[in-house]
Amino acid sequence: MGLWETLRGRRTTSGPNLDALFLVPSAAVTLQTGIGLEPAGTGSVCFRAAEGAAFRQMQSEVVELLNADPEAPDVRSSTDDYGFTWLTVARDDTTDVAGICTDLHAVNTALEEQGFGSGLLCTLVPFGDAGGRRAGLVYLYRRGTFYPFAPKGPQQRDNLLEIQVRDALAAELPIETDLQRWLAVWGAPGL
Amino acid sequence: MPRSRFIKDTGLTVRMSTVMFLLGGLFVALIVGMMYLLPQYAFFIGVIGIGIAVWQWWNSDKAAMRAMRAYEVTPEEYPELHGIIDRLCAMAEMPKPRVGIAEMDIPNAFATGRSPDRAVVCVTTGIMGKLTPEELEAVLAHELSHVAHRDVLVMTVAASAGIVAGMMARGAQYGAFFGRSRSKEGAIGVVGALVISLVIYAISFFLLRLLSRYRELCADRAGAYLTMKPAALATALQKISGEMATIPQGDLRATKSMNAFFIAPAISGVTLKTLTSTHPSLEQRLEQLARIQAELGRTEP
Repeated sequence: MGLWETLRGRRTTSGPNLDALFLVPSAAVTLQTGIGLEPAGTGSVCFRAAEGAAFRQMQSEVVELLNADPEAPDVRSSTDDYGFTWLTVARDDTTDVAGICTDLHAVNTALEEQGFGSGLLCTLVPFGDAGGRRAGLVYLYRRGTFYPFAPKGPQQRDNLLEIQVRDALAAELPIETDLQRWLAVWGAPGL
Repeated sequence: MPRSRFIKDTGLTVRMSTVMFLLGGLFVALIVGMMYLLPQYAFFIGVIGIGIAVWQWWNSDKAAMRAMRAYEVTPEEYPELHGIIDRLCAMAEMPKPRVGIAEMDIPNAFATGRSPDRAVVCVTTGIMGKLTPEELEAVLAHELSHVAHRDVLVMTVAASAGIVAGMMARGAQYGAFFGRSRSKEGAIGVVGALVISLVIYAISFFLLRLLSRYRELCADRAGAYLTMKPAALATALQKISGEMATIPQGDLRATKSMNAFFIAPAISGVTLKTLTSTHPSLEQRLEQLARIQAELGRTEP
């Protein structure tokens, strides 16, 4: 935040490079071969829904657009305890991470274009294996970085798995280096 | 090009810049006056005055926490409060401040600290009981905006002219009492310095309050855009202000020094209220929030 913005008491933040989401499909392959985590076939965008007609209209347009794809199941929408909305997209073919990422990118872009980019919190792509291990790749919208989130029971994280995922993907994704920012998203859809 | 939903508020920016410019002008006037009237002491008074301002700013978090008898809490003790702040910080792309609780029934919240990295956001137990989670989030977003806008630093810099002027008035009194100014020119210098410093102190007092009100409006605006729910902040303000008004003034004296960092003022002045209050009137704040609400809801491009 520069001096001019400090003096004006106003922050102008620009959105990050959303194209980083398209790096996820190759990262998914690495996760599968390296750690044995398979894509869950879903993905979700977490945002703060603004009050008013404009946001409702935009959201229904995006949902309509994504539902028009005959190959994909319907988009689901849910609200969490913190008042954030999660739009979850899915694919019947769970290996189609690229398709999921395209949908997630579309949701992010639509919010940005309508001026609601500041309400975007994160994008999540969940993974899991037969043994019950779960881990999500969380894309922090403001930072433009990824971090792993692995819940283990209620309110407990599997830090070992998270570090493993981080090390496996360090070369492929921009990983969040500040561990303080590895925000827990308990009860996120798909995890 | 994505559209922007920020309300155009050139008026506020212009007024705020003017006030800051005038405060800077006052500081320059004070230094020049001092060099002219009290050349021997000017340097020391100036250094001590600025030193005090820097010290206040540097220790603002500790001093405020102590004044409010607040203590820091961990995520384990208050998971919901930390959860809200975690998410707001992630959306606003700012480091997470420390979180404090003050056990008092007055519903209020404040944020201080020398920089966003050393900030502390504190709420009273009263506000947590009175507001819904959504409203509490709106209040916290307002406080985090103070942190992001570095309002403690801005207000300290703005106040430095007043602090130095106060020091100078002391210095002039000291000079007069201890007879350093037996000569006629010396006496004129001391009296002149006293008058100038008092005038500058008075002007800077009103300008500071004006600046404080503008900064509050900025924090309201930024907070509303962060949560995307201006109405939640509006109802929170109405609840808090309504509560505050019912509390007798005598009970609130202890919190007077903290007013500049509260979300709603803890005193209600009787005379010169609009000129000297640290916070804008409820009507003004609600009016701005309504404009943001309208802008967020606008459908046509």
